[in-house]
Amino acid sequence: MPAILALAIDAQTVAAALFYLFAGIAGASALGVVLSRNIVRTAVCLLFTLVGVAGLYFLLEAEFLAAVQLVIYVGGTLILIIFGVMLTSKSPFSHFEPKAGEVVVAIAACAVLFSAMIMAIRSADFRPQSLDTTQKYPVVALGQALLGDYLVPFELASVVLLVVMIGAAYLAKGRKRDDKRAVARGAATLSQKARQWS
Amino acid sequence: MPPLARIPAGRAVNQPMPILIALTSPIAAAAPDWQKTFFEIVSGHAPDVWERLLASIALIAVVFIPSVLLLAMFSIWWERKVCAHMQSRPGPNRVGPIGILQSLADGIKLILKEDLQPSAADPILFRLAPYLSFSPVFAAFLALPFGPNLTFEPKLNAGVFWILAVLSIEVMGVILAGWSSNNKWAIYGAMREACQMVSYEIPLGLSIIIGVMAAGTLNLVELGHLQGGGIHTWIVFKNPFVFCAFFVYFIASLASNKRAPFDLPESESELVAGFHTEYSGMRFAFFFFAEYAAMFIVGSIQTALFLGGWNDPFGLIGYHYSQWIADPGAHRNGLILLNLISIGIFITKAMTIVFVQMWIRWTLPRPRIDQVLYACVKVLIPAACVLLLGAALWELLVPSWHQAKLIENPLPWFNYHPFSWADWAKGGATTSLVVQAILALIGVAIASAITLWVAYAFLTRRTTHQRLTEAEPIPEPA
Repeated sequence: MPAILALAIDAQTVAAALFYLFAGIAGASALGVVLSRNIVRTAVCLLFTLVGVAGLYFLLEAEFLAAVQLVIYVGGTLILIIFGVMLTSKSPFSHFEPKAGEVVVAIAACAVLFSAMIMAIRSADFRPQSLDTTQKYPVVALGQALLGDYLVPFELASVVLLVVMIGAAYLAKGRKRDDKRAVARGAATLSQKARQWS
Repeated sequence: MPPLARIPAGRAVNQPMPILIALTSPIAAAAPDWQKTFFEIVSGHAPDVWERLLASIALIAVVFIPSVLLLAMFSIWWERKVCAHMQSRPGPNRVGPIGILQSLADGIKLILKEDLQPSAADPILFRLAPYLSFSPVFAAFLALPFGPNLTFEPKLNAGVFWILAVLSIEVMGVILAGWSSNNKWAIYGAMREACQMVSYEIPLGLSIIIGVMAAGTLNLVELGHLQGGGIHTWIVFKNPFVFCAFFVYFIASLASNKRAPFDLPESESELVAGFHTEYSGMRFAFFFFAEYAAMFIVGSIQTALFLGGWNDPFGLIGYHYSQWIADPGAHRNGLILLNLISIGIFITKAMTIVFVQMWIRWTLPRPRIDQVLYACVKVLIPAACVLLLGAALWELLVPSWHQAKLIENPLPWFNYHPFSWADWAKGGATTSLVVQAILALIGVAIASAITLWVAYAFLTRRTTHQRLTEAEPIPEPA
């Protein structure tokens, strides 16, 4: 058995298999993010996308980056999204139906971003570079890089949480004008709300 | 002295070795001796690809899953015993000796229960939530150092951070459970969990950073080796700021595990059962497995980061390990025995912290949600920030004994003799040494006071009254 297994399994195969596994998870759940109409389901799909990407970071030996990915995006951003939705939405399951104009704008923005990414990827040099990690301890080097050379981008990145909170509140509030009209009609009395929720 | 100088240049941990390749190839043979896995010590050779794979899978299937489940079941039984003691009653005592099989009986009952799902619930998320809550906790076991060679992945350089990261996914499970149940009380519970978690992550992370700063590494195995010189080298006693951060971490970890007094997400007296109101059967049980396993994990981080990990207070394990690992072949049995003892020490320490969590749970009343957030934002976060500043200044200004030791002898940096007092005053580290000794004395005093207190309480406990099992003899009519 060992001989056969040793032939079948080598490090490259395992790494490739795991790459396709994580990439598949990330890609499939990214599709879910785009296609789902329910904000919370979108957030859960985003969770699996982020976990898949964190797995890819692990494959690249960037376990610190993977952990940061999970802490910031899952522990911070996603929870804030859901928190914002819970605080602001009227119904438990907030569906959002984008208007045609919004769809067009979104597609245009995504097309621009996508082509920019394609161009960036095509011009990038992906030859594996041998990292000189023998000189400094990785965590120390990371800390110096984050609080030294890259201080401004690092601080700017922390604005992302605020952006997420505002965005989630905006999405969940949805059509505020409709709600105001409904309130003006006296539609949402407490008992009706309770019936609607239960 | 700049703090960076204490990271020795040629430290063997820095080999450019992708984790996966290391996991799946014989390159692992190039790992330095102290990074050897238990498998290598037992078998005496580096594992092949297939051995590595099979060993990993077997470890997860045979060791990790059953031990996590056993741990949770034992903790649930223990919690009920502690609670019963606090309330002057015997607690579970029918199933098995002193009721120790009670959790098993409960588990069988839960498996047989109907698995209900509200018709208005979001079906996918409702079913997903318990697993989303349980599996991250399980993943956190990957980084726990049960012994010098007993870590699943000894090269995980971001060990502490990794555990924090996966524990933050667990919250998603709780929030989703509350959200998808489509129940008012469940949503309230989930919202409380969300805001509590988001705010308590800050003091939790800050206090961990203070400990990590005192140690200089995030790798849990290295943290263990650094604390191998006896009780005064444990990081909690390194300086007064870390000593205080230890308690900040403990309070914040209670809140992040939603343990009382911070158990507002499931406060029974107001929210029925909070986020798991609508759950029944095994899905309900998964939340409890997750909670008790997370308690253990939080206690383990505290053990590994502050309380010396697998090392005993006298530094015997650290000393013998550093002697024996120089020639693993000759001291194979000794190393195996040492690893086994280490598991016992580590689990004892972690379970002691779990016990204190239970003790606090049944002692303190539950505050309101605004009081909980007040305690975090206005007390814990400023305290943690001040401690962070103090710890940073201490690292800069006060030369430490192990810094001096590291510069003198960089490579096997844990190779110090626990009882050689002559080494202690080297490098002008007297201040740090005196502080460490005083703090260690305070720590020992606190620990022994707690032990005496618990022993007294245990000895004077109320035992099962005979009347419960045997009918009293009816007096004969005269």
